[in-house]
Amino acid sequence: MAALQLEGLARHYGEREALSGVSLTLKEGQTLVVFGPNGAGKSTLLRVLATLLRPHAGSVSVLGRRLPQESWAVRGRIGLLGHEPLLYRELTARENLRFHARLHGVAAARVEEVLELVRMRGRAAEPIRTLSRGMVQRVAIARAVLHDPQLLLLDEPRANLDPAAIELVDPLIGAGSRRTRVICSHDPGGGLAEADLVLGLRAGRPALLRAAAEVTGTEIAELYR
Amino acid sequence: MSTVVPDRSSVSAGERTGASDGRAPGTFAVVRALLRKELLVELRTLESVPAMSLFSVTTFVVFHFALNRNSVDGDLAAGILWVTLLLAAILGVNRLFVADAEEGGFDGFLLAPVDRSAMLLAKALALLAYLLVLELVAVPAFGLLLLGPSLGQALPVLLGVLALGDLGIAAIGTLVAALAVRTRARDLLGPLLALPLLVPIAIGGARASSPLLALTHPGAPAARWLLTLGLYDLVFGLIAYALFDFLLED
Amino acid sequence: MYGKGLRALSISTVAVMAIALGLVFFYAPLEAEQGFLQKIFYVHVPLAIIALCGFVAGGIMAIQHLRTRDSRWDMRSYVAIHMSLIFAVATLITGSIWAKGSWGHWWVWSEPTLASFLIVFLLYGTYQPLRFSIEDPERQARYASVFAVTAGAFVPMNFIAVRLSTAYLHPRVLGSTSNLPPRMAVTFLVSLLGMALLYTTLCKYELTAKHTRAQLRALRRRAETRSGAEDASGAYARRPRSAAPSVAAPTIAAHTAGRPGV
Repeated sequence: MAALQLEGLARHYGEREALSGVSLTLKEGQTLVVFGPNGAGKSTLLRVLATLLRPHAGSVSVLGRRLPQESWAVRGRIGLLGHEPLLYRELTARENLRFHARLHGVAAARVEEVLELVRMRGRAAEPIRTLSRGMVQRVAIARAVLHDPQLLLLDEPRANLDPAAIELVDPLIGAGSRRTRVICSHDPGGGLAEADLVLGLRAGRPALLRAAAEVTGTEIAELYR
Repeated sequence: MSTVVPDRSSVSAGERTGASDGRAPGTFAVVRALLRKELLVELRTLESVPAMSLFSVTTFVVFHFALNRNSVDGDLAAGILWVTLLLAAILGVNRLFVADAEEGGFDGFLLAPVDRSAMLLAKALALLAYLLVLELVAVPAFGLLLLGPSLGQALPVLLGVLALGDLGIAAIGTLVAALAVRTRARDLLGPLLALPLLVPIAIGGARASSPLLALTHPGAPAARWLLTLGLYDLVFGLIAYALFDFLLED
Repeated sequence: MYGKGLRALSISTVAVMAIALGLVFFYAPLEAEQGFLQKIFYVHVPLAIIALCGFVAGGIMAIQHLRTRDSRWDMRSYVAIHMSLIFAVATLITGSIWAKGSWGHWWVWSEPTLASFLIVFLLYGTYQPLRFSIEDPERQARYASVFAVTAGAFVPMNFIAVRLSTAYLHPRVLGSTSNLPPRMAVTFLVSLLGMALLYTTLCKYELTAKHTRAQLRALRRRAETRSGAEDASGAYARRPRSAAPSVAAPTIAAHTAGRPGV
């Protein structure tokens, strides 16, 4: 069963096409990396896959479920890490994670587990607003993987992380996690290295869709011109 | 813990299928979790309730000077009390979803495999709680500063009438707050939308409270007004429940 | 598609209104107390009734929009509310004139229709600002529909509540519409029919105009992309923010597909 199956996915914003004609298949355990300039539709694509936006045309199948009819069935198996950490600034890391745990039906013990995995246990009792951006990102990652999702949707996940932290979270959201992943990236070098499938978006349309092995760095750079 | 609750929002009737894959907490648990978070944030920031309470007391002072009256009773008293409560409620309504809108709380909730009406219930219950605390401050203040006749026996009945009105304010307030928060002019649209919708509650509430606050021959609230309040609460509670999902989804 | 029947509708509207006017001036009897001024009743009350029905209809169309997500229902809802708001203002003005004439005041609280309409007007006055403050057209339509349903349910309940609150204060000043003598009743019904036709015709005009403008825009955009314009979305960005709904591109495409010469 394919993890992702898109056929002619389109989403418009008024009269403008935010996404159009996006078709691809992603197998379980594979990584799709999406490149493209700002405004190309990367975040829109991610949000559609996360069931936050409905597709306006075409068919979308995530983990075997059709969107939007069966969005509710698949929500619990998707983890999203977007630009926003989705954490309440006045609550502590632990309180935030406990809240999300309750929403996903996850036991409290798991909260401690992920806090340990991102090495934030020591500062878990401090409000989010007192933490540095790197730490907030780590807690956000913890939130994204809290419910052990099958599909990870990551929007520039390594932003704000130092090399040590990047190494730390690799087993959670990196290649070491061995989950199906869709990553939006601005880094041609690193992005290409971890991709199985590459999608290049330009003004909402797929300008490039190929196995990573067949794509060169220059082709990706072309997207941004 | 794993009661299955498909949410209605992104699904039209007839397309709904069986169970969600994996865990899906029941609505009651979700409402409790949301309410807990809501009250926790409020306790930490103390944003809404102290402001609403302070506002109501200040308004009583303004009324004293503006009306040039030392004490009021009957219709006038009922009117002042209800207007003040409505305006204070609007303050709370304005802040209700702001934290969620600004700190990505909507996405966090929308990603969870839960019934979306749970947010409506939790927020309405939170607003209701704020209103009840507000009244615990405002009614004694009113009795102290402006009210002529002493409250005494009428107090429990008055609080009952207030609670009945609060249900409607909570339902409408939550719906309007959700509607206004994702627009550009959220602080303006909230009050503009809420006040006309709350007029019938003001009518029912003030007319019902008026006999309780009468100077001579205090009496009981007329059943007609209690019925009006109750009916209004019911209708708009149902409407809010039916429409809320459409505000959250995209 | 929208323009169909517009001429027939306009002609019948003019005809019925002309008949109504004739009846009002020459057929309906002069009322004992208020004299000639009372004839405003034949304008004021039909306006009120049609406006109320229009608001409720706008709410029902909004329900359809939420159920089917077809933006045409949003357009209809918008036009219905828009037109009803104009009729509501007319109700307030005619009511005010009537009040001044028979009671000496430009405003009376004891007439529940006037009071209800004031509240309803204040509520629907936020409809346009609400729409204008949401940029995403799809979300704008959805939120507007939620508002329209809420407000549509509110209108009758508000009417009842206000009626209840004034009933025990003063007797109705401007006369009630029940127990009308037959000549008045006939005149009233014809006026009501005229107003209903006027409302429908005006709505249809506005819908047709909007639809035509949207089709024109779609054609222009298609011509632009065909002639190799770099970025058609630039044209969209140049469009100013609007509170009025426009039928989205896919619906237009479905509409015009298959027609010759398009």
